[in-house]
Amino acid sequence: MIELVSEDRCIKCDVCIRVCPTNVFEHGTDRLPVIKRQADCQTCFMCEAWCPTDALFVSPETGPVAQDSPYRDEAWLIERGLLGSYRRELGWSEQQPLAGARRSTQHLMNREPLPIGGAIMGGPE
Amino acid sequence: MPTQTLGNSRTRPELIHDSEGVSVGTDVLVIGGGPAGCWAAVAAAEAGASVVLADKGYCGTTGATASAGVGVWYVEPEAEARERAIQSREQLSGWLVDRRWMHRVLDKTHERVGQLADWGYPFPTNDDGQQVRKSLDGPEYMRRMRKQVARARVRILDHSPALELLRDGSGAVCGASGIRRQRGDAWTVRAGAVVIATGGCAFQSGGLGCNVLTGDGHLMAAELGAELSGMEFSNAYAISPAFSSVTKTAFYRYATFYTDDGVLEGAGAQRGRSIIARELLSRPVYARLDRAPADIRTDLRSSQPNFFLPFDRARIDPFTEKFAVTMRLEGTVRGTGGLRITSHNCETTVPGLYAAGDAATRELICGGFTGGGSHNAAWAISSGSWAGGGAAEFAKSRRLSEHGPGRREPLQPAGGAGIRACGPIERSLSAEVITRAVQQEVIPCDRNLFRSELGLSESLGRLDDLWRRARSGLQPEHERQPTVATLRARESVAMLTHARWMYAVGRLRTETRGMHKRIDHPELDPAQQHRQLVGGLDRVWTALDPERPHSALELAA
Repeated sequence: MIELVSEDRCIKCDVCIRVCPTNVFEHGTDRLPVIKRQADCQTCFMCEAWCPTDALFVSPETGPVAQDSPYRDEAWLIERGLLGSYRRELGWSEQQPLAGARRSTQHLMNREPLPIGGAIMGGPE
Repeated sequence: MPTQTLGNSRTRPELIHDSEGVSVGTDVLVIGGGPAGCWAAVAAAEAGASVVLADKGYCGTTGATASAGVGVWYVEPEAEARERAIQSREQLSGWLVDRRWMHRVLDKTHERVGQLADWGYPFPTNDDGQQVRKSLDGPEYMRRMRKQVARARVRILDHSPALELLRDGSGAVCGASGIRRQRGDAWTVRAGAVVIATGGCAFQSGGLGCNVLTGDGHLMAAELGAELSGMEFSNAYAISPAFSSVTKTAFYRYATFYTDDGVLEGAGAQRGRSIIARELLSRPVYARLDRAPADIRTDLRSSQPNFFLPFDRARIDPFTEKFAVTMRLEGTVRGTGGLRITSHNCETTVPGLYAAGDAATRELICGGFTGGGSHNAAWAISSGSWAGGGAAEFAKSRRLSEHGPGRREPLQPAGGAGIRACGPIERSLSAEVITRAVQQEVIPCDRNLFRSELGLSESLGRLDDLWRRARSGLQPEHERQPTVATLRARESVAMLTHARWMYAVGRLRTETRGMHKRIDHPELDPAQQHRQLVGGLDRVWTALDPERPHSALELAA
């Protein structure tokens, strides 16, 4: 779930408010986006991917984390390189300008049959 | 005479603002902004139609594709390769496919994916420098599709869930209305034709990007009398880490599964999924991707970064550490059932109403089973293209005969349950109560994955009772126009009726075929090699599709 909006990094561009498919954000004081409806967050990571300044952090947990969780600690997240890490993977960050799609090796997933289970992913039981 | 001609004077439809919100007239209205909706909008615009696209969330991030990565059923147009691609799916499908449609989809997908390449989609290249066009990165794909939709001068309404369809006196669809949830007002679109591209229904079970997929379009279409097909194929479950939303079952082919007692024998992401499901009913199951050869782990990582995202953040190495798993219901998102289509251009049984993507039945190319996204992605691309083109043609012929959709008579709103109670309002009945009750009937594996006459009929009894109460007494309070509470009510009854259709045809199919598993009928029954239809709201009916499948088995007979 979305856990953090960095006041330091946010440029109030409203992208997160626009792109969140479940309408989690709303304008707070000073037009800063606030996490208004966290329970509606579906942990799809889209807001984080679209944020141009790596100001958002979506925790991997599908439920809210404790108040003192490191996932809400901006300094900890920066130190671990986690703020903006998804955007770098996607190639949507200035730090990783090659589109993730270009680097994709997903087609290789369909190659060799495995010892058990058949060659077709997720075949019927 | 306002004789606008399709094809040369198309402009972005202009919104008219009034005290209620906005209204607009257009040739084609597309409901849903995932891949199928985007392709439908692009195709309708290509055919010269004016187009409005309304999405519940944001076109570009919404739906099951945008947050994922999908394979694409993309096969070069070589006879042998195509034949292999088709043959490999026929048996899996339970022999319910139609080879003619499989060929069409392969053709159309090849053409449209080529168009994506022309638009600059960054496909990876192989060692010979050739583009490999067999997969799409969800965020990249959908961000680009939004751009193409906007470039085609489509009017996009974001955060604008449709609540109900509108019809004229003849019963033909004439548009839809809904709310603009970020503005707190309403929208009405008068349209010559409507494409339902609202995705499948995953019952808000928490799969990646799937909570917006509540089957809203199925409900709205059924209120105009649309029929459905293949709804018994609606019990797809994906494996995911218990803490996470990321449902990427494909990676678990490299997993060993464990319980607290050690290795869970026979469990696997493919044939052994039932073993995991049974075990999960009573105790935790863990996975570790320890069967992935060391030399491909880096490739796996770059194949789908979002699979590893939750692990990296939770500081788990899935190749060396065990993690608890769960199974998340993907309903008709991965299941193949949906609105019945009756023509090459994906028209439903309602004049002017078209269906595309997961909202439409995918049985024609998948029968009773699909695994990963590849056929689903190909279906979204091709059915979207056909539905958009068909809707544009329909709107054009209607405009010529009526001088514009619905100008002569007032439009009638078609919405029932959740928006217009037909009995005394029952204040204790809320969207939350209904949603929770439906989830209790469809999410547990011992009800939906392992089906039986007893279980299905018990569930149906409770669901039918709930429907009667909802139809009669569910209506959120609002002053002048519907609100987000109305949306929640509509979503809950959409899921409710989805569940009723699933279980009604599930009872009818007294065999095990495709993903539909009956514990009281564990074998495939050759006499039931037909597709099944379902429909109705207050009274759910079922029937066998008079049109036979068109598979190798048929052709040989």
